[in-house]
Formats: sequence, C-alpha cells, structure tokens
Amino acid sequence: MKSSGSAPGYTLNHPRWYRTRVSTYWWLKQWVYLKFVLRELTSVFVAFFVVTTLLQLRALSHGPQAYENFQKWLQNPFVIALNVVSFLFVVYHSVTWLSLAPRAMAVRIRGKRVPDLLITGTNYAAWLVISAVVAWFLLGG
Amino acid sequence: MADQKSELRLEPLLWMLFSAGGVVAAFLIPVHLFLWGLAFPLGWLKAPGYLSTMALLAHPLVRIYLFVLCSAPLFHAAHRFRYTLYDGLQIKHLNEVINFSCYGGAVLGTALAGYLLWTIP
Repeated sequence: MKSSGSAPGYTLNHPRWYRTRVSTYWWLKQWVYLKFVLRELTSVFVAFFVVTTLLQLRALSHGPQAYENFQKWLQNPFVIALNVVSFLFVVYHSVTWLSLAPRAMAVRIRGKRVPDLLITGTNYAAWLVISAVVAWFLLGG
Repeated sequence: MADQKSELRLEPLLWMLFSAGGVVAAFLIPVHLFLWGLAFPLGWLKAPGYLSTMALLAHPLVRIYLFVLCSAPLFHAAHRFRYTLYDGLQIKHLNEVINFSCYGGAVLGTALAGYLLWTIP
C-alpha cells in the first residue's frame, strides 16, 4: 500500500560497511607509494611525446616552412624544459618496465627457470641496440 | 552506460594493449625523445632537414613504424592514466567520463596518426 507523508515506508536494511577513509594524498606518505604514483604518472609524459610526434607529422605534411616553425617551437626554453622532465619520466618508465619483465613472464628452459637477471639484462641490451639502430637511421647512417 | 558483461569482455583487450604499448614505449620513446626533444633543438647533434625526413617517410615501413609508435603507447598511457586517477586520486564516481576521455583520446590520436601518415606526400 502506498502511503505518503508521515507514514514510514518499507526501507531495505542496508548494512553500513566499516571502512576507514583513505586520504587522497595517501601516496605521499611513503617513498614506495610515491615511486608507484610517479611510475603511473609516466603515462602523462608518454602521451605528451605522442602529441609532439603528431604535431611534427602535421608540420611535415604542411611543408618546409611549417616544419621550420615546428623546429623553432622545439627550441623554446619552456618546451625544452618540458622535454627534459618528459625524458626523465620516460626513462623511468623504461627502467621499471624492463625490470618487471621477469616477473611478468617466467621463462623456463628445460624445466629450469631462467634467472631474473638474465631476462632483465637481455632486455637492457635490446633497449641499447634498438636505440642505437633508431639513432643510426635518424642521423643519416 | 556499458553493461557489466561488455565491460568484462573488453578489459582483457585493454590490458593487452596496455602491455604491448608499454613495451613499445619502453624500447622506443627514450631515444626518440632524446634526439628530437633535446639533442636536435639544443644543437648537440645535427637534425635531419625537411628533405631527408621526408625521404625517410617515403618508405612505407617507416610509416607503419611511426603509426605503431604513436598508437600503441597512447593506449598504454590511457589505461595507466585511468588507473592513476582511480587509485591515486580515488576518483571513482567519474569512472565513465574518465574511461571515455582516456580511451577516446587514444582512439582519436590513433586516427590522427593514421590520417597524417596516410596523407603526407
């Protein structure tokens, strides 16, 4: 029966869970938490890199003059500073990502687990070789 | 918005893209950023000019490479940033807006990269 006004209707009894409130700034309390959040924030700089690359492609498609303007924009001290910070974050992403690789994939050869150090080492070596190859192409090798 | 079931089916794909993009970003972005963002503008190394850059771009493999270099890290970043907001700032009530902006941004960036790489002469 529908009642209005003062008559109390039927309400579902919903249990109130006990949950301690976590501060929004929980990640500032310990260095490991901060490192975790800094690692997660590398995503912002990864995205920023892609945006500049897209701007570069756009400049290239607009011709030599637009490309020259783009290169001048890259020389702007503010942009340089931003790129310095981005570079640090992006390297932080690479280091953390490559170091985590042995945990993500446990490689086994003849039933024996390949030591973590070997996987990480191979990753770093690959990083070095890939970087050298890209640089070689861009520097007109 | 999306019902529970479709979200569940999409999640593994998003994690896969996160992982693949993370590998691409880890191996490739530092060297690109170092050269284009620091070494060339600061004059440490000689930047390839317009013509030589266009000559590099003339190769289809270079365009495919650049497409992957733009697209994969965008999906990686979108996924990671989504969880940064979720865990870090505990913004849970805006989940739908955040998911839409993050993955939407990645899709938009991918489309732009495809368009630019397709139309550059």
